[in-house]
Amino acid sequence: MARRPEVIAVLGRAVRTPRGTAGLVIGGLVVLVAVIGPAVAPYSTTEFVTAPFARASSAAWLGGDVLGRDVLSRTLNGGWQLLAMAAVATALGVVVGALLGVMAAYYGGLWDSLIMRAVDVILAFPQLVFALLLVSILGPKIWLIVLAVAISHAPQVARVTRAAALDISERDFVKAMQILGIPGRRIIRRDVLPNLTSVLMVEIGLRLTYSMLVIAGLSFLGFGLQPPAASWGLMINENRVGLIANPWGVLMPAILIALFTIGVNTFTDAVARASLGVGGRATDPEPIALVAREVTG
Amino acid sequence: MTAPSEDIPMTATVEDIPPSQAEAGRGTPRLAVENLRIVMPATRRRPEADVVDQVSFTVQPGQVLGLVGESGSGKTTVALALLGLVKRGLAIGGGRVLIDGRDILALSEHDLQKLRGRTVAYVPQDPGSALNPVLKVGTQLREVFAVHGGDADRLTQVMAEAGLENPAPILASYPHQLSGGQQQRVALAMAFACRPQLIVLDEPTTGLDVTTQRRVLDTVRGLCHTYQVAAVYISHDLSVVAEIADHVAVMYAGRLIEIGAASELFATPAHPYTRGLMRAIPLMGTSHELHGMAGSPPRPGNRPAGCSFRPRCEFAIAECELREPLPVVVSDTGHAARCVRALEVTALSATAVRARERTVPPAEEPVLTVSGVSVSYTNKPVLRDVNLDVGARKSVAIVGTSGSGKTTLARCVVGLHKDWTGTITFGGQQLPPGVRGRTQDQLRKIQFVAQNPYSSLNPRQTVGQIIGHPLSHFSKLPARERDKRIGDALTSVALRESFAARYPDELSGGERQRVALARALVVDPELLVCDEITSALDVSVQAAIVELLLRLQAERGLSLMFITHNLPLVRSIADDVTVISAGQVCERGSVTQVLTAPKEAYTRQLIADVPSFEHAG
Amino acid sequence: MTTATEAPERAGPTSKAAGPHPIRNLLIKRSLIGILTLVLVSILVFAATQILPGNAASAVLLNTATPQRLHALEVQLGLTRPAVDQYWTWLTGVLHGNFGKSLANGQPVSTLIGGRILNSLALVVLAGAIGTLIGVGLGVLAAARRDSVFDHVLSVTALAVTALPEFVVAVVLVIFFAAVVIHWFPAVSVFTPGTPPWSNPRELVLPVATLVIVVVPYVFRMMRASMIDALESDYVQMAQLKGVPRWRVLLFHALPNAIAPTIQVIGLTFLYLAGGVVVVEYLFNYPGLGQALVSAVSDRDIPQIQAIVLVLAAFYIAVNILTDVIALAVSPRRRLPRS
Repeated sequence: MARRPEVIAVLGRAVRTPRGTAGLVIGGLVVLVAVIGPAVAPYSTTEFVTAPFARASSAAWLGGDVLGRDVLSRTLNGGWQLLAMAAVATALGVVVGALLGVMAAYYGGLWDSLIMRAVDVILAFPQLVFALLLVSILGPKIWLIVLAVAISHAPQVARVTRAAALDISERDFVKAMQILGIPGRRIIRRDVLPNLTSVLMVEIGLRLTYSMLVIAGLSFLGFGLQPPAASWGLMINENRVGLIANPWGVLMPAILIALFTIGVNTFTDAVARASLGVGGRATDPEPIALVAREVTG
Repeated sequence: MTAPSEDIPMTATVEDIPPSQAEAGRGTPRLAVENLRIVMPATRRRPEADVVDQVSFTVQPGQVLGLVGESGSGKTTVALALLGLVKRGLAIGGGRVLIDGRDILALSEHDLQKLRGRTVAYVPQDPGSALNPVLKVGTQLREVFAVHGGDADRLTQVMAEAGLENPAPILASYPHQLSGGQQQRVALAMAFACRPQLIVLDEPTTGLDVTTQRRVLDTVRGLCHTYQVAAVYISHDLSVVAEIADHVAVMYAGRLIEIGAASELFATPAHPYTRGLMRAIPLMGTSHELHGMAGSPPRPGNRPAGCSFRPRCEFAIAECELREPLPVVVSDTGHAARCVRALEVTALSATAVRARERTVPPAEEPVLTVSGVSVSYTNKPVLRDVNLDVGARKSVAIVGTSGSGKTTLARCVVGLHKDWTGTITFGGQQLPPGVRGRTQDQLRKIQFVAQNPYSSLNPRQTVGQIIGHPLSHFSKLPARERDKRIGDALTSVALRESFAARYPDELSGGERQRVALARALVVDPELLVCDEITSALDVSVQAAIVELLLRLQAERGLSLMFITHNLPLVRSIADDVTVISAGQVCERGSVTQVLTAPKEAYTRQLIADVPSFEHAG
Repeated sequence: MTTATEAPERAGPTSKAAGPHPIRNLLIKRSLIGILTLVLVSILVFAATQILPGNAASAVLLNTATPQRLHALEVQLGLTRPAVDQYWTWLTGVLHGNFGKSLANGQPVSTLIGGRILNSLALVVLAGAIGTLIGVGLGVLAAARRDSVFDHVLSVTALAVTALPEFVVAVVLVIFFAAVVIHWFPAVSVFTPGTPPWSNPRELVLPVATLVIVVVPYVFRMMRASMIDALESDYVQMAQLKGVPRWRVLLFHALPNAIAPTIQVIGLTFLYLAGGVVVVEYLFNYPGLGQALVSAVSDRDIPQIQAIVLVLAAFYIAVNILTDVIALAVSPRRRLPRS
């Protein structure tokens, strides 16, 4: 008798569209490579197997990197930490941001102003710069990077959820519950939150790509995992010098990062389209329109 | 009377019409629609489905044809087709639209552009959204002249004709700075600017209050007469159509099911559907029983075999299922209907009204007393010193135009709005201003139903959960008892118990309002506050809901506070009425007294402005 | 990407406009809030550096730090005074243009970053302007030819390219245009800070191109979406029913309405670029603020970091204010109340 939860229904619908399938496949491929990679890599990440920037050969299928290590093995090993950090940072940022946004919308008044002021302050930095600031103080620690990225996501998520929650709070069925004297917390949990799922799903997708951007960017700049660790961002930077000799050291990690963001983005787009018409007000087919739409009214 | 076997096609051209009408229509009709068919083209998933089919009618210069139908009947689709426009996803499937003998459906897009605005003009339903918000009104008005040529100096004259006496400030404004009435007059001015031959008005007075509506209707009638413009006036509101139309065509499920002279059609409808509509409409003159029609119109692609109305028709016979009925002429004025039993239907009295036997409940202590309640939002007073009573087991209608403060009053009573001064007494006790301070008992005994059926139910929950919410909040019942109460609530609003498993997006507007009612009634309240609960519904659905409410009220001894702007509805539903204007109570009293012998000028004007069938034809 | 503009209005009887001079009032109000935010940011930045395990003194002495020498240097640098005092000294210095001395090379920070501001600004403005023009143009075209092949190709490409990291785009561009395939443009800049950026146009091409590629899809998608919205509106239908030709409907009815939400996005674009330059400058060795920031972070050069972050924050806030004001100017509905 119960309908499948909306999340499953929307995801299922999204997967069946061409964009959804493409996104899932592409993104899934990268995840697969990152997760399984370490198990199938032919060499370890620190072994010297060939000359620096040697061309691809039967010993090293993608040639050698700046120190002569196996590009293939380092690539296979260099993804999972990146993905894990991005995933955790996204999850943290979305949860905190959504809670703040919903609270600001529902309780309004002082809470609202306070939260939104705090949001404005954090939003006065680009995400990368914010992370750099924290890193400059405490050093390139993994937990710090994850925390910094999460904190920089929260305001944007708070804005979007606040706008969506405001919209829902104005609707009559919420008022119908208020009239009964049902306390605010319960109304938020039972009536407001479940209606936010499609907005949140889209936000998660968007935030995930940005997490990846910032964390890989930090790694590229040298503020992520430190050498001799294998990390895609770091690899792109350290192998830049020998781009002409052996481009694979740069290309391979770059392609994988690119495929990941493309896949997630495409799938998120499919999810946004699929959540149209799933009960109540629909989300916009262009998820970024949510951002600007809520601001211009 | 013509014999029933003589089937005259619905296209009443001069040759077809019996002599008496041929004299009235001289020459080629200004507008002739022949067998118009508009479809949703076939896709991989489903075959072609018609939205509108076999629609034919004519309009002479200077005459107004009212095109009537409820939502989904296809009337707006027909309206747009008269300008050669079809919405995205639809296509012309056949037929002709002849304006002064020329088929506009055969024209190229370029020629159509030249036609629109100049030969055929359109007056939109919602001028607020039909006027470009970032362009000044003057720019948009002058654009018509810019595109079609013509004398821009005529602009002032055109505006004056449309009732805009002081044009300069209006021309310099943006649309959102004007009132609804002004916006609609701007739209009228735009339409009449180039002296079109045909004008199509798409529900232009929906959303306007009754006084503005009357003035706009007068203006339209005047302009059409002066310039001998043929007009097609689309509406779902039969009484408005009665005021303005010479002939009326009724649409149902994409077909034209009845056509005829206005006065005749309303007095003696020939089609069961029209008859049903007439019986659902509240009238100012009597407090008669309203009869809704069970069921709802079929969607495109889901039409039943034979007559589309058969599943809901009380006159249906075996023959109705075999094929779609051809038009049957019932009088020598060209009045015809697509029903095999049209003549019998006509013979029955059109409005089988029964003056309701209202058992006036004995006068008791009022269950709700509002004294001296005032509300103001940042220096603007919204309610000023409002006093009213709701007698026990009585229904009180609160009437006012939009902006009069009636909704705010309802919200104060219910506790949604807490910044008010004054006292509200319920059941002998003073009510605290907001929901916070009220006792469980007080919260339970006052219930609320809102206007918009599409936002009053949580789309994430089943009907059963929605109704069960308040129940589980106020009492701890074992599951079986609770389910039984929910089932009872559904039955009492005439919904099957199986509805409990459905989700709101599977229900129609009328069904949703019933669920909202069930939710309010399941906890056994004493006072039910209804805020324009039928304003968003079709008239036949409204009738059914109103009758349901009255029955429930009688069964349970409920007191009713019914907010509305619809005066005739007040006649049918309320014992007492309070008229509110600009936040203040204008007049109060029993319905019979206030509506037949009003004391205040405002009330008198309000009553006079209500469109009525007596003005038809 | 972040938004930092006005939050949506609550439903209710609040008037939307701010009186007879809405634009001026908004400007004043936002500027005040902006200054407040900037002060908060400065406190945050300053406070963050106080949490350092170790401080400016230990950064200077590094391995040679003994407790006595450390303490002596701390006193000399004024690090033993209460935090509020230190903040106040620093703040007043900043307001006079004095950002302190760099810990890495002892030079005044203002000289170090002064010239770079112009360079970074050039990148941001060029990339922002070009990206906006291309994005808006393509967006309008795609919306006008909705569901055509042109539209589909553009939309799918935009979807794919959005959120590609800048360094990936940069690297691909370098491979194609500088290093491997053809050698038209230098892979790395060689000009020094202080020389105006336009004196070496060829060195600007790849960095600007990278940023443009990253930014265009975002603007394109938003423009297309709001154009489509506008084209499906009642007022566009009304214009068609008035007989207004298609090109006029597009340009004079749809576009003016579609531009308002896009203004927000354009503002966001410039904001995003402020952060995007960091990676791009580093990669192309372009002498701008971003490159300086990266070096400063590596060196733990606190004064430089503080200064750059403040400059960036000020830029952010200024762009936000500008965006809000322009957005208001473009929507009469919010600007003018009902008469």
